Amino acid sequence: MPDLGLDVLLKGKNLARLLGGLGVAMRISMIAVVISIPLGIILGALMTWKNPVIKAILRVYLEVIRIMPQMVLLFLFYFGTTRAFGIDISGEMASIVVFTLWGTAEMSDLVRGALIAIPVHQYESAEALGFNRMQTYRYIIIPQTVRRLIPLSINLITRMIKTTSLILMIGVVEVLKVGQQIIEANRMVSPNAAFGIYLAIFMLYFFACWPISMLARYLENRWRV
Amino acid sequence: MRIDVIVRYLPLFKKAALLTLKLGIIGIIFAILIGLICALIQYYKVPIIRHLVAVYIELSRNTPLLIQLFFIYYGLPKIGISTNAEICGIAGLAFLGGSYMAEAFRSGLEAVPDIQVESAYSLGMSPMQTAFYIILPQAISTSMPPFMANVIFLLKETSVFSAISLMDLMFTAKDLIGLYYKTTESLFLLVVFYLIILLPVSLLGSYIERRLRYAGFGS
Repeated sequence: MPDLGLDVLLKGKNLARLLGGLGVAMRISMIAVVISIPLGIILGALMTWKNPVIKAILRVYLEVIRIMPQMVLLFLFYFGTTRAFGIDISGEMASIVVFTLWGTAEMSDLVRGALIAIPVHQYESAEALGFNRMQTYRYIIIPQTVRRLIPLSINLITRMIKTTSLILMIGVVEVLKVGQQIIEANRMVSPNAAFGIYLAIFMLYFFACWPISMLARYLENRWRV
Repeated sequence: MRIDVIVRYLPLFKKAALLTLKLGIIGIIFAILIGLICALIQYYKVPIIRHLVAVYIELSRNTPLLIQLFFIYYGLPKIGISTNAEICGIAGLAFLGGSYMAEAFRSGLEAVPDIQVESAYSLGMSPMQTAFYIILPQAISTSMPPFMANVIFLLKETSVFSAISLMDLMFTAKDLIGLYYKTTESLFLLVVFYLIILLPVSLLGSYIERRLRYAGFGS
């Protein structure tokens, strides 16, 4: 059996360092999630309004953000803002801004989809039963929307976590960067460390995202509408 | 922003875009094949293999492409599996895309009600005929929207290839920013070229979705 370089993981504080790196990625994605979910709900609700101007503006925002690879958005923000406005933002700040913008766009689309999936007769029946606008939303529309929405937004969270792996490219020290440092430091003693370390990072990401995906699937099956 | 700089860089970006497109298309074709096989294995509940497929789908869906690529490109050579960067890129994209495609196809196959299959059998159709005339046409229609979304998603994911030093659009832009500080022009070209690649696919996607929306009663 060839040397798999797994021993490097247990040496010194290497595993703790990797986990710390994952923590940086997690923190950035969690901050972005916490900001973008409420914003996305508001924008998504606005998108279902009849006002054509608001609709057009939001549509453009959504399409522009969604058609660009997240990496391009990161580059635009990280290098572009410095160039255009002379602001020097850190890689971490840039990634939080980008993931928030992206998450808001995705979330608003999910909210819009969930809202327009509610059949019109639900509104009409509520009206026929004498519910006012507030009551219609409180008792009829929101409970149904939330059930559709929660599994989808949980999936969005895993997508966010997975996408944070990209912040390596704008120089944030996260799990991959820490992994590279460990590999370089052990180049002489353990030349095969790359295999072990990257396998470990692969599994770390898997165990970070998998439970969340399972939860989303469980809720989806349970609340099937 | 200076026009002459843009003109000078244009060929570089054109070359990079072609590489992005080439790797993307080959990767997506493999992803479709893997996805189709996995979806059929799960639909027909082939024993044992179906559990392996389930493990593969979970592994691939819950890890980012960047990590997969790093493992394939830097990790695997250590145990004796080494190839060049292009093949690694394609392999990574196929590994990631296979599971997404499998889910898209599986949801399409499962959306065909049992009654359709039973009716086909009672009309005396063979399992082959049922698959080709009854199940597949409806499954394709239902799985088209997620399929097109996956194609766009995978094309976008190719931007990660720059991490394994493939000279794609991202790599070219980063290179030019680092070498000559032509940030504005490089970023502009980067966005334009991604739009050139992605916009037509996105428009084609919504067109195909509209054309193929025939499954399901009354829609």
